[in-house]
Amino acid sequence: MAPLYDNRTIVAMSVEILSRIQFAFTVSFHYIYPPLSIGLGLLMVLFEGSYLRTGKEVYHTLARFWTKIFALTFGIGVATGIVMEFEFGTNWAAYSRFVGDIFGSALAAEGLFAFALESGFLGILLFGWNRVSKGMHFIATLGVWLGSMFSAVWIVVANSWQQTPAGFHLVGHGMNVRAEVTDFWAMVFNPSSVDRLSHTWIGAFLAGGFLIISVHAWYLLKGKHIEVSKKALQIAIPFVAVVSLAQLFTGHHSAEGVAKNQPAKLAALEGHYADTAAADMYIMGWVDQENQTVRGLKVPGGLSFLLDYDFEHPVPGLNAFAEQDRPKQVNAVFQFYHLMVAIGMALIGISLLAWWLLYRGKLWEHKWLLRVLVWSAILPQLANQFGWFAAEMGRQPWVVYGLLRTSDAFSLAVSKQQLVFSLVLFAVIYSLLFSLFIYLLNKKIVHGPEDRTLRDYRPKQASTAEIYKS
Amino acid sequence: MDYTSMYSATLFGLDYPTLWFLVVGGVFSGYAILDGFDLGAGSLHLFFKKEENRRIALNAVGPVWDGNEVWLVIGGGALFAGFPDLYATLFSGLYVPFMLFVALLIFRAVSIEFRSKEKMLWWRKLWDTTYMISSSGLSIALGAVLANVLEGMPINEAGDYVGNGWDFLSPYAIIIGLTTWALFMMHGAIYLALKTQGAMYEFVTLWVKRSIIFFILMFLIASGYTMLFVEHMVAPLKEHPVLLLLPLVALLSIANIPRLAEKRKFTLAFVFSALTVSMLFILVAIGLFPTFLASTIDPAYNITVYTSAASEKTLGIMLLMASIGAPLVGLYTFIVYRSFRGKVKLDEHSY
Repeated sequence: MAPLYDNRTIVAMSVEILSRIQFAFTVSFHYIYPPLSIGLGLLMVLFEGSYLRTGKEVYHTLARFWTKIFALTFGIGVATGIVMEFEFGTNWAAYSRFVGDIFGSALAAEGLFAFALESGFLGILLFGWNRVSKGMHFIATLGVWLGSMFSAVWIVVANSWQQTPAGFHLVGHGMNVRAEVTDFWAMVFNPSSVDRLSHTWIGAFLAGGFLIISVHAWYLLKGKHIEVSKKALQIAIPFVAVVSLAQLFTGHHSAEGVAKNQPAKLAALEGHYADTAAADMYIMGWVDQENQTVRGLKVPGGLSFLLDYDFEHPVPGLNAFAEQDRPKQVNAVFQFYHLMVAIGMALIGISLLAWWLLYRGKLWEHKWLLRVLVWSAILPQLANQFGWFAAEMGRQPWVVYGLLRTSDAFSLAVSKQQLVFSLVLFAVIYSLLFSLFIYLLNKKIVHGPEDRTLRDYRPKQASTAEIYKS
Repeated sequence: MDYTSMYSATLFGLDYPTLWFLVVGGVFSGYAILDGFDLGAGSLHLFFKKEENRRIALNAVGPVWDGNEVWLVIGGGALFAGFPDLYATLFSGLYVPFMLFVALLIFRAVSIEFRSKEKMLWWRKLWDTTYMISSSGLSIALGAVLANVLEGMPINEAGDYVGNGWDFLSPYAIIIGLTTWALFMMHGAIYLALKTQGAMYEFVTLWVKRSIIFFILMFLIASGYTMLFVEHMVAPLKEHPVLLLLPLVALLSIANIPRLAEKRKFTLAFVFSALTVSMLFILVAIGLFPTFLASTIDPAYNITVYTSAASEKTLGIMLLMASIGAPLVGLYTFIVYRSFRGKVKLDEHSY
């Protein structure tokens, strides 16, 4: 029977890798959209709230225009999100059995308190403009946004529990061991929850804020929709400037938490191998995993200083952990982390400069900066992705830190062939979905906000019926 | 190992795993009632030939389909949370059907969202077609998954599925799949009758009749097959004849639908098709309990409500959450349906 067993190990190994690839691919794709919903949602609340307060039509136009873009991102977010929920069971059965008692209650709370709120009111937000009162419509907008905020709460709580498990005990043994809740609030407020949630929220605000800035900067460059666009930038630029600065603090706090709770991950973030030595902080660099060194631009002792305000403070390096208990892809973790930080700094720089020029009334004259702002929408998206890559790859080889290894977590019932099938399926569908998304987003942006004073209120059917004739 | 003794707390005389089993059943039944009508409406989509009628049909479900789909997310979460072992076994065992299911879900969302965004004829025809195919496919897939749960699956001692990848496609799965499709079509046609007027309304009432016939036919086949070949599902009814009242209520409820449709009392007809959905779920629950998923290899490997449940503490927390959350969900649902009550009116925000 020995050869059979070997065969199974090989198959199992590729099932693990393929499952990881599929999960990483589907979750990365999904994560383009929810941050946009959260960020756009907040600004829509601000736009519509200003409309209610001042009665100025310009805010109304903004709220309506961004609701249309929001609709596009929201639908894809929901559909790709259900994929994630199903994949825990389909691809990570052993993991689901292990964490079900804990992760499950967070997911149930997410469905009940978050998704129901946002999807329930979505109908009114999108289609209710002429159906309900202004106040009711604002409540719907607020409900959708709050729902998206809550959904982040529960999913980040669940993920944070995987990083820093708390409030549980292990029951059973061998293959049947599982984590059970002993203290619900300790589980919810596990050591990394609050830091990671605030970091995630702000990342989402930046994604939404910079998309709005990008589109309206483009209109200004094109000389279209000037009045609305100036108004939008006057709201969005100070907003992103404040939150991108706040992101520095939540990021720093998160890193302190990682140092305390996941020291092997922290060491990987900076490519710090040496056992208990002062650790450097790199601006950029390249990790030579063979020789356990990093080449690059660094602040000597910088990491030590950030953690303890002492350049000599010893930080445990990767070598302080057994080979099988620390991440293998150190360079990748290092690069994703540093790219995220670099983008975060760039966003602070761009938004502060734009704010300063805006304050002095000179932003509209600086075409080059408007051009930079047009492209800036992509930066928070990249930072969000890279940040999660660093967080999740840095957690390896554990799926639940210190408790369950990724290699023990995947579904035994799923074959390699089935995985190849589903991976191809997702690759095809998501490519199509993404092309459609970009095409329609572009179309909506080119079409621009409606000038409602000039609007023709004839129903659309007349024109579309003609198409059918032609 | 005696699992039942691990759950001592009770509420209304029922232990927590049983209560949560009812909650899960309730959520899925709510899902079937709500998403059922929009899946059903979608399954009829290509029968509407005029552009305006297609838009009306689409906008009849437009403001609510997303909220309806959330019930599936809640149901999945409730299953994961309450019965992690069952969730893991079922989802990994039915890997291919679930992957196709999510693919169809995405196609459906895309079809609804993107259809009216372009005016080209081919574009709209394409998304109309994918909308109908995905709506039908999802209805059939839901029924097929249910059939697999009713029939049992080859599950080993560790709770892992050991059948081959295409075992899920049994005759029973096809029958229950088609029955579900027919049920949703009927339910959706009645819903459309509530939302349309004029010539389209007349056309829809025709489809109400047709789908009622299709459903009753499938219902008879499904009932016959279940009684003959899936005996464990009807065993509790034989054991406790008083339970026979339930299928009787279901039958009366079904019989009421054509009667009310004939009188054009579609609001009541909708109530009774919704009642039919929940009665069928109640029959499923009675047939299954306390087994959730039977092993066709050895009854000792059956996954029951007790062997797969989360800890009593988690179930208790979630029951509390559900009792706070359910009225809220009911409130949002009420507000949304109230805001869009009455016949569909197209405006510049419509799909």
